[in-house]
Amino acid sequence: MNKAPKDTRVVVGMSGGVDSSVAALLLKQQGYDVIGIFMKNWDDTDENGVCTATGDYEDVMRVCNQIGIPYYAVNFEKQYWEKVFTYFLDEYKAGRTPNPDVMCNKEIKFKAFLEHAMSLGADYLATGHYARVAYRDGEYKMLRGIDVNKDQTYFLNQLGQTQLAKVMFPIGELEKAQVRQIAKDANLATANKKDSTGICFIGERDFKQFLSNYLPAQPGQMQTLSGEVKGRHDGVMYYTIGQRHGLGIGGSGEPWFVVGKNVKENILYVAQGFDNELLYSDAIIATQVNWVSGRVPTEPLKCTAKFRYRQPDTGVTVHVIDATTVNVVFDHPVRAVTPGQAVVFYNGEECLGGGTIDQIFRNGEKLWYVG
Amino acid sequence: MERIYLDHAATSPVHRAVVERMATIMTEVFGNPSSIHFFGRQSRHVLDEARETVAKSIGAKPAEIIFTSGGTEADNLALIGAALANRHRGRHLITTAIEHHAVLHACRYLESEGFEVTYLPVDERGKISLAELQRALRDDTIVVSVMFGNNETGVLQPIEAIGQLLKDHPAYFHTDAVQAYGLVPIDVNELGVDLLSVSAHKINGPKGVGFLYAREHVKLAPRAFGGEQERKRRAGTENVAGVAGLAKAVEIAQETMATKQSEYRTWKAKMLAIFAESGIRYDVNGDEEMSLPHILNVAFPGTNVESMLVNLDLAGIAASSGSACTAGSIDPSHVLVAMFGKNSDRIRSSIRFSFGLGNTEAQIEKAAYETVNIVKRLTNGR
Repeated sequence: MNKAPKDTRVVVGMSGGVDSSVAALLLKQQGYDVIGIFMKNWDDTDENGVCTATGDYEDVMRVCNQIGIPYYAVNFEKQYWEKVFTYFLDEYKAGRTPNPDVMCNKEIKFKAFLEHAMSLGADYLATGHYARVAYRDGEYKMLRGIDVNKDQTYFLNQLGQTQLAKVMFPIGELEKAQVRQIAKDANLATANKKDSTGICFIGERDFKQFLSNYLPAQPGQMQTLSGEVKGRHDGVMYYTIGQRHGLGIGGSGEPWFVVGKNVKENILYVAQGFDNELLYSDAIIATQVNWVSGRVPTEPLKCTAKFRYRQPDTGVTVHVIDATTVNVVFDHPVRAVTPGQAVVFYNGEECLGGGTIDQIFRNGEKLWYVG
Repeated sequence: MERIYLDHAATSPVHRAVVERMATIMTEVFGNPSSIHFFGRQSRHVLDEARETVAKSIGAKPAEIIFTSGGTEADNLALIGAALANRHRGRHLITTAIEHHAVLHACRYLESEGFEVTYLPVDERGKISLAELQRALRDDTIVVSVMFGNNETGVLQPIEAIGQLLKDHPAYFHTDAVQAYGLVPIDVNELGVDLLSVSAHKINGPKGVGFLYAREHVKLAPRAFGGEQERKRRAGTENVAGVAGLAKAVEIAQETMATKQSEYRTWKAKMLAIFAESGIRYDVNGDEEMSLPHILNVAFPGTNVESMLVNLDLAGIAASSGSACTAGSIDPSHVLVAMFGKNSDRIRSSIRFSFGLGNTEAQIEKAAYETVNIVKRLTNGR
């Protein structure tokens, strides 16, 4: 596509935050035909019966009027419930720790929303993600954002060539501080708005309380792998591997950590010491693997990987089992790798793709207690 | 890009003559109508004349007109005011599922205060059944509120027949005429209506003003407390310039009603003819015969409202559908839900076009052709 910017329509997914505000501003400054669209994925109301998304949409309206672009909203509550939230609950039910943001990007932002943007005659969809797209050697590459602390390729690992061909990440070339500065210089209403934290539909609420609205909590035993009872837990789904807080195990010695769970027996396994070897693993099997290039490696692949967001990369070798399943062997043991989270592969600045952590191994043996 | 405004049922542009009238009042008349000096008398005179004009337009007496801040306040005052003032006679109200939220939410409030409300359903053409109304009517029914013409579909209810039916029943008959007023001749005595709400901004008047007609001897509990304005039924210093603007808009509406009726009917037919010619699929929502001339509500199977409205806006055409929630997303219209059920695809593919001041036949044609293009694009390959 070699259209002039003014003839190129770009739909910007706007959340009401500073990142997407600046993304829209930059595109407008570059002369694109920009449209701001707010996605409403979750239906919830506050104590006055006002939709909780209202404040964010008000910010979108303010910013779009400041920038001088039209704004609209689109409702994906139904799709979000079916594709993201159902998966989220199912994973928790299975004793895993899901990553709804990865699923939201795959099913909503870069699928349903991308289709919506195309139905409005858009050439591109832009978002305020810290990531970059480059066209090299006849294909689209997804690169880490310039700001290493903010890089969000971890959450975008399920994107492929069809998406990247139509996607723009205008702030991927910037540091967060620069984004804030641009917003301040332009006097955008969101310039000083706090970054949102946590899972979007839960917001600032208590996670336990939120989850208990959907999944019945079954308190049970907290014990060591050898069967020594250390206390009670509130429901295994509330805990994740490597977690220290909220266990309430007293006594002397080093603090206690969650090392695993048995959903069937409703047992939470704990062990003492941050560096307890039970927390370490050296290989995984990952499922639902996506390769950004669309090509499954034919040889064992030496690269680096992240097992959770913002974790430093670990050297790994990826052995392909089938088109969507891989065995990942680590160069050295990694602490608290958790089933349900994403494993994402990198070659330098390039994000190669990723999958869902399914089974965890140490010394060639599956860690039965992890769940 | 030429912008074409086809959303006059949401609000309408202010007529130049109304602006001039208001500007004159705002620059020359500022007294408080309750004051006993010259300045007060000047303002009082403006109000009196306006009240006369407004009353005449519906065959009412000036004392039966209560100026309000608009249609919502008029509806609230009618429903809540009448219910509270007559609770000793009964605690039952009847309304319909397709009322404006100003009526429906007032009813919800009354329910929370111990009143009982019957919501009459409508058929697929958007009309209530008189037989059902008859059945719902009880000895303790104190208010029956049925909308004159629906704001989303334009469908007209059998107001005169309802008036006849209620002639020998003590319940007050309220009708929300916000959308119908100015496009349908209204005589409160012929219709047997006791309470009737009107808003200025739907008839090329200013926002923030309207009136409630309340038949003599109808008992209303005030909703605003303070001074003794509007015969103690609506406290607060009168919006004199707004009321003068309303009266001017009423005059113009009365003078142009016949022309508008025939013009808008022609446009509606034109638009539908273009849809038919193009081969796209479409279904008109609501009774085509018994409807307001300026509203056309159409479903385009295979499209969705959010894409349609955005595409239309990007093409310069302002239309609407249902109501947007505070977070901007479009909730399915309760009116269409009442007609077709909440699982019907029709509630997610329907668009309202509404005509008014400033539109031309050329605009209507252009909008129709643009709509056809968008529908074709959105339904391509499905």
